[in-house]
Amino acid sequence: MAMTLILPQLLNGLQYGVLLFLLAAGLTLVFGIMSFVNLAHGSLYMMGAYFAATAFNLTGSFLLAVLAAVGGCIILGFLIEKLAVSKLYSRDHLDHVLATFGMVLFFNEITRIIWGPQPYFLPVPAFLENTVSLFGINYPAYRFAIIVVGLAVAVGAHLLMHKTRLGMLIRAGSVNPKMVGALGVNIQFLNALLFALGAALAGLAGVMAGPILSIQSGMGEPVLITALVVIVIGGIGSVSGAFYASLIVGIADTMGRAFLPMLLRELMSREVATAAGPALASMLVYVLMAVVLAVRPQGLFPTGRT
Amino acid sequence: MDSHNRALAALAALALAASPLANAEVKIGLSAPLSGSQAVVGQDQVDGFMLAIEQFGKKLGGQQVTVIKEDDQLKPEIGNQITRKFIDKEKVDAIVGLGFSNVLMASLKPLVESGTVAIATNAGPSLIAGANCAPNVFSMAWQNDGAAESMGKFVQDKGYKRIYLMAPNYQAGKDMLAGFKRYYKGEVVDEVYTQVGQTDYSAELAQLQASKTDAVFAFYPGGMGVNYIRQLSQAGLLNKIPNFSVFTVDGTTMPALRDAAIGTISGAMWDASLDNPENRNFVSAFEVKYNRTPSEYAATAYDAAQVLDVAIRKVNGKTSDKKAFASAVKAAGQEFKSVRGPFQFNINNMPIQNYYAFEVVKDGGKTVTRQIGTPLSKHKDAYLSKCGIK
Repeated sequence: MAMTLILPQLLNGLQYGVLLFLLAAGLTLVFGIMSFVNLAHGSLYMMGAYFAATAFNLTGSFLLAVLAAVGGCIILGFLIEKLAVSKLYSRDHLDHVLATFGMVLFFNEITRIIWGPQPYFLPVPAFLENTVSLFGINYPAYRFAIIVVGLAVAVGAHLLMHKTRLGMLIRAGSVNPKMVGALGVNIQFLNALLFALGAALAGLAGVMAGPILSIQSGMGEPVLITALVVIVIGGIGSVSGAFYASLIVGIADTMGRAFLPMLLRELMSREVATAAGPALASMLVYVLMAVVLAVRPQGLFPTGRT
Repeated sequence: MDSHNRALAALAALALAASPLANAEVKIGLSAPLSGSQAVVGQDQVDGFMLAIEQFGKKLGGQQVTVIKEDDQLKPEIGNQITRKFIDKEKVDAIVGLGFSNVLMASLKPLVESGTVAIATNAGPSLIAGANCAPNVFSMAWQNDGAAESMGKFVQDKGYKRIYLMAPNYQAGKDMLAGFKRYYKGEVVDEVYTQVGQTDYSAELAQLQASKTDAVFAFYPGGMGVNYIRQLSQAGLLNKIPNFSVFTVDGTTMPALRDAAIGTISGAMWDASLDNPENRNFVSAFEVKYNRTPSEYAATAYDAAQVLDVAIRKVNGKTSDKKAFASAVKAAGQEFKSVRGPFQFNINNMPIQNYYAFEVVKDGGKTVTRQIGTPLSKHKDAYLSKCGIK
């Protein structure tokens, strides 16, 4: 198959993967360290996109839009943690799911009340409107920028986790939170900080996705489900696991959508393949998750927790 | 209230009871998706309908009117409950809206059994146009395939030899592509079905780019359309591969698309830019009242109120004879002035109407649509022969 066909799909998969990573990183930290199931993480992503679009419509500056999304989500994250989440740590997972699912409904309605039901607009920044030439193919500059930002965040997250005191505490907390508390670390503050950090990454994902996707009520749910698949595959609580799993899921999903229908067409009649191809492609990441759960239930790249 | 007033009121009541206008108040049930991802469609329907009622002085056909609004949540079972409530509990004279095709289909049985006049403003599924057609069930919108058929004709007439087709993987997506192919006779390079609600089209667009097609035709309603068109534009494909679509670039998605939609061509039976006196009045009144441009969904609901106005006048407000009222609605179809130009109900109660081609262009710094053709005039749907109404 021609390189000009495979390379753009690889880049697309990579771009989808890093976007997933921004969400999955926060989700896996909160789940792995605080043992808290946060379904409202997708809502933070949606709110980030809305904050960005509002800031852009008011000021016309994409940079301010990014700041509004990240800053707004940090504040929102702190508020959610303080008002609701911190009260729920001691409860079991079912209560977490119920409470955060309630938040999902709340945020979906509040965006509809404030911003209305029609999709909202955030343009691609002018300097990224064109396409870049890479190995003989043209690729949208903005998507390329997402890959660069996503990889930069991944490197930053790696440095944070492995080279700083905070990262050491986070890693320690993910292995044995009680011991970290017993050593005199303010675990409540650490939790709030982690939650806000996850919210900031979700907000960043929201603003990065804003110019590609339609910003509308409920945009957080589909991507949240995929992010949950990512952290299950990667191993809960592991940031590097979330990174590798994001890329695996992103590339598998994109490649599946692009080439599975083609492949099926070689094997069966055109009509059956046209019907079965998209259905199978959309199942692919879930099949992948099921296989990982069957073979390595702790995930592909688990943390050291026993 | 003093005795004088009471006597007056009693007299008035007597006078009303004696007059032919026995049915002094008309009750309309209006159902639409008012929450969830398609709430923008439902809101436009409610706003379009209420605008017309307001223009008639809160009356229809000279009668005081009460409108009961319900949210079908895009769920067939909820739509069915609402329809039953309208018929059994509220005893409405007519039901307007009735949601998307799947929601309408779920309501069909109680509608047919009760004989209550039903005017769908958002759907015209092939079954209701064909085998399951009923004398009291009308579509004020379109037979579902119409717009796609018009684009098939348009692309055929423009002489494009090879076409690439894209739609979400569900019934409406398949119907649209089937409708397109009914009138397009060239080569179909590929027919791609994507997941319903898919947000990222990068993989499909890379395939499209590699296919070396002459043009592409797509059906992506709502948020999917915003994603598809913007990603097409960002990939630099819009100015390389001519883009034709239906229900993708319209009043509901334009606020989020803006310049990204420039150059796209859409097939529809109506657009805000359509130039006739009724439409100019409608669009400007809508813009003044709601501060946004109406979509085709607002236009169909507005037209539904116009038809009801004529029909209720025809029966002198006596909507209790359901059969006579349904015939009046049918006759009113060719008497009222539609915002979309020529209109009448076919034998199967589907619209006979024009389908136009619209292009999005930049005009003096503003992004606007402009009519560039009328591929199908006074078009009739393909399912008429299966309908048993004579």
